[in-house]
Amino acid sequence: MRVQNSIDKKQLLDRLSRILDSDSILHEAEDLRPYECDGLSAYRRLPLVVTLPETIDQVQTIVRICHEQRIPVIARGAGTGLSGGALPREDAVLLSLARLNKIIAVDPQQRLASVQPGVRNLAISEAVAEHGLYYAPDPSSQIACTIGGNVAENSGGVHCLKYGLTVHNISRLKIVTIDGELLTIGSHALDSPGYDLLALMTGSEGMLGIIVEITVKLLPIPERAQVIMAAFDDVEQAGHAVGNIIADGIIPAGLEMMDNPAIRAAEDFVHAGYPVDAAAILLCELDGTNEEVSEQVMRVRSLLTNNAATQITTAANEAERQKLWKGRKAAFPAVGRIAPDYYCMDGTIPRSKLAWVLRRISELSDEYQLPVANVFHAGDGNLHPLILYDANKPGELENTETLGGRILELCIEAGGTITGEHGVGIEKIDQMCIQFDEQELQQFHAIKAAFDPLSLLNPGKAVPTLHRCAEFGAMHVHGGQLPHPELERF
Amino acid sequence: MADLANDIHAQVQDALQRQQPLAIQGSNSKSFYGNPCEAQVLEVSGHSGILHYEPAELVLTARAGTSLQTIHQCLHVHGQMLGFEPPAFGEQATLGGTIACNLSGPRRPYAGAARDFVLGCRIINGHGQIMQFGGEVMKNVAGYDVSRLMAGAMGTLGVLLDISIRVIPRPQQEFTIRKEVDTDKALQVIARWSQRPMPISAACHDGNHLYFRLSGNESALKSAHNKMGGDLVGEDGDMWVRLREHTHTFFDVDRPLWRLSVPPNTPMLAVDGKTFLDWGGAQRWLVSTSSADSIRRITTRAGGHATLYRNGPRQEDAFQPLPAPMLQIQQQLKQAFDPQHILNPGRMYKAL
Ligand SMILES: Cc1cc2nc3c(=O)[nH]c(=O)nc-3n(C[C@H](O)[C@H](O)[C@H](O)COP(=O)(O)OP(=O)(O)OC[C@H]3O[C@@H](n4cnc5c(N)ncnc54)[C@H](O)[C@@H]3O)c2cc1C
Repeated sequence: MRVQNSIDKKQLLDRLSRILDSDSILHEAEDLRPYECDGLSAYRRLPLVVTLPETIDQVQTIVRICHEQRIPVIARGAGTGLSGGALPREDAVLLSLARLNKIIAVDPQQRLASVQPGVRNLAISEAVAEHGLYYAPDPSSQIACTIGGNVAENSGGVHCLKYGLTVHNISRLKIVTIDGELLTIGSHALDSPGYDLLALMTGSEGMLGIIVEITVKLLPIPERAQVIMAAFDDVEQAGHAVGNIIADGIIPAGLEMMDNPAIRAAEDFVHAGYPVDAAAILLCELDGTNEEVSEQVMRVRSLLTNNAATQITTAANEAERQKLWKGRKAAFPAVGRIAPDYYCMDGTIPRSKLAWVLRRISELSDEYQLPVANVFHAGDGNLHPLILYDANKPGELENTETLGGRILELCIEAGGTITGEHGVGIEKIDQMCIQFDEQELQQFHAIKAAFDPLSLLNPGKAVPTLHRCAEFGAMHVHGGQLPHPELERF
Repeated sequence: MADLANDIHAQVQDALQRQQPLAIQGSNSKSFYGNPCEAQVLEVSGHSGILHYEPAELVLTARAGTSLQTIHQCLHVHGQMLGFEPPAFGEQATLGGTIACNLSGPRRPYAGAARDFVLGCRIINGHGQIMQFGGEVMKNVAGYDVSRLMAGAMGTLGVLLDISIRVIPRPQQEFTIRKEVDTDKALQVIARWSQRPMPISAACHDGNHLYFRLSGNESALKSAHNKMGGDLVGEDGDMWVRLREHTHTFFDVDRPLWRLSVPPNTPMLAVDGKTFLDWGGAQRWLVSTSSADSIRRITTRAGGHATLYRNGPRQEDAFQPLPAPMLQIQQQLKQAFDPQHILNPGRMYKAL
């Protein structure tokens, strides 16, 4: 089968207008503008057309039309993704799932909720709170990001050390395949026959199918949650404390670390009560039954003391707990206030390598003369270095991206990965060439082809072509070339 | 304790050349499970040994032929364990076989299934290529989640060489409480307590009694017991082991044993035979001579699926037939990993 070179936009609009209201089809430049990028705003492109379906039927028909006309389809949730996964293409339809935003059913007995993909992450927990339940994965973007986007990225949050990532907290998906068929994956039982397509779909970045319904698992709200903040003079000590807490048999609900630049920015912004002269702070949340939390608070406090914490504060009440978390949750925007722009990285490393990795990052930061603040899901080794830069200074964005690439390669060198939760998208596609060899990348392409033989779903994202890797390899050798020469930058 | 990766690799490549299908075999403890696969045996249990274990990182990496026993012992020393409490069904059961079958024990609804703990793996696919996916870190979204896909694929997508899994701390204490209630009532009680934040780590019903296992620190368990009531069965967890390993008298039969996987509070299904509920009602062991068709029809109607686990007639499919569009995608996926159908052909489904 041949992919058509010239797209018949008029025919496309004609056909779309037969199934969608005019306000659900956008095709004028000024209407397309809001969709030109996701949270990785350095890259922007206008889509061919934006569609805003309200029913699964409409999604199926849109996909069918695109399939017939050989037009690529790019799914979009809230566009908060940080790796350019929802970045449009001029030759592609952008399929926004934002209007599929209903909570279909809540079953408190089975602790399940079935929702449409455009439902915001936080809206689920809000809707089920009356039953004493909540949805555990809580990305910092949870007020805005959609559950469909969460599944597509396998998003995590501060609570995933204990409660798992999106993949651990969903039970069933309905997807629309590239030929417009509706397929149910998983079930409301605890497993399903055949290959685990639920695992494969989670984190597949819109490359295998359009997610149109999600059944999420709900958990009882813990009887009690308590947060402890500890300050350290030395980042390495903070890292040891994390390891010692876990080796002692405690799995905190959340275990977060911030380094000094991040502490200062957050404290300036929300006045959470962080010690601004500390080299690092840890936030350790313990939850569970009353008795368990009481005991664990004592154990953690004593472990922290033994690990040379210079200050240990236990939130006395819920308001104090919220306040301590507020600084962490607002860390990205807080860093955004101290520099014209920031670039958020997302590598995961074995925790034992933390001190070494932070030292190397700080050397790289000096080398590129760009400050870096570190926010760290310390419990599970997921590091978010935030590179501060000024896009208006000529060459600084490019410099930032090169530094970012170096940091990702450092994570691989430490035995980790280039992305813990933000996805590969377009941003880290070159580093995929380092993390995986040719055969492995080919295996990924074969998986994609099993679902989407014409490569119409979000083409060009997540998995690099071998050709691209060859070029990237050459560029690495010669140096000095832009990471994404084909893309316009802002 | 040997690294036989090269050897196994050579055997797969050789088989590929000769178009000779392979039946991957660990300790052969799960030969009863799934469909028979007539092929040349590829022995993998010799490829064994723990490669890396870092208690503070909660990660263990072992060769697929490592026995579960070895892993349990190693974890035990550091106060940790496998969260999915896998059944072994044999003394020499290997990690590879356990992951390939995605087998999980009574803790499954509360802690997760085998697949939930898989972090990474090294495999040989049906092209005879050695590949590595995932890793030893908790969070990793680079590329499709091939490692988790291997869990439950029954060796039909790749020969597992090494596997990294997440481990968890062993609870300080566990005890079991028992109540005499009928099955319908048991399902209600389970549903009620499961909606509350209780330290439950297992729930089953043997036909006469409902059992809860509670895990945590002593004061939490006492307080939970006060709220939930029931008799303390004592601290020995033997009942859970017998249930997990099918050594409980319930399983001492030669009639077909079915595993029904259904939404947990599905009312008792109208099928002849005796039932043992595990997984808080989500996994039901059924001893029945009813026809496969009727058992599958009734289970499907309840939103679940039925596996013919043991003692089935040879011609009967072990696993629930897949709807046509689903089977097609699964065949395409098989094609992506093992286009020549060299690896365990037919073990899971005839078409895979
Ligand atoms: C301030 C800030 C903080 C953040 N914090 C976190 C965090 O703590 N943890 C974390 O994991 N992430 C975090 N993120 C990243 C982002 O919010 C998540 O990746 C989120 O899941 C994206 O959801 P979205 O609805 O915005 O998806 P989008 O950005 O619209 O899309 C993301 C990807 O998913 C695909 N997609 C979207 N919907 C569907 C669908 N229905 N079917 C198929 N494919 C689909 C898109 O094609 C794209 O590839 C943060 C982002 C910001 C801006």
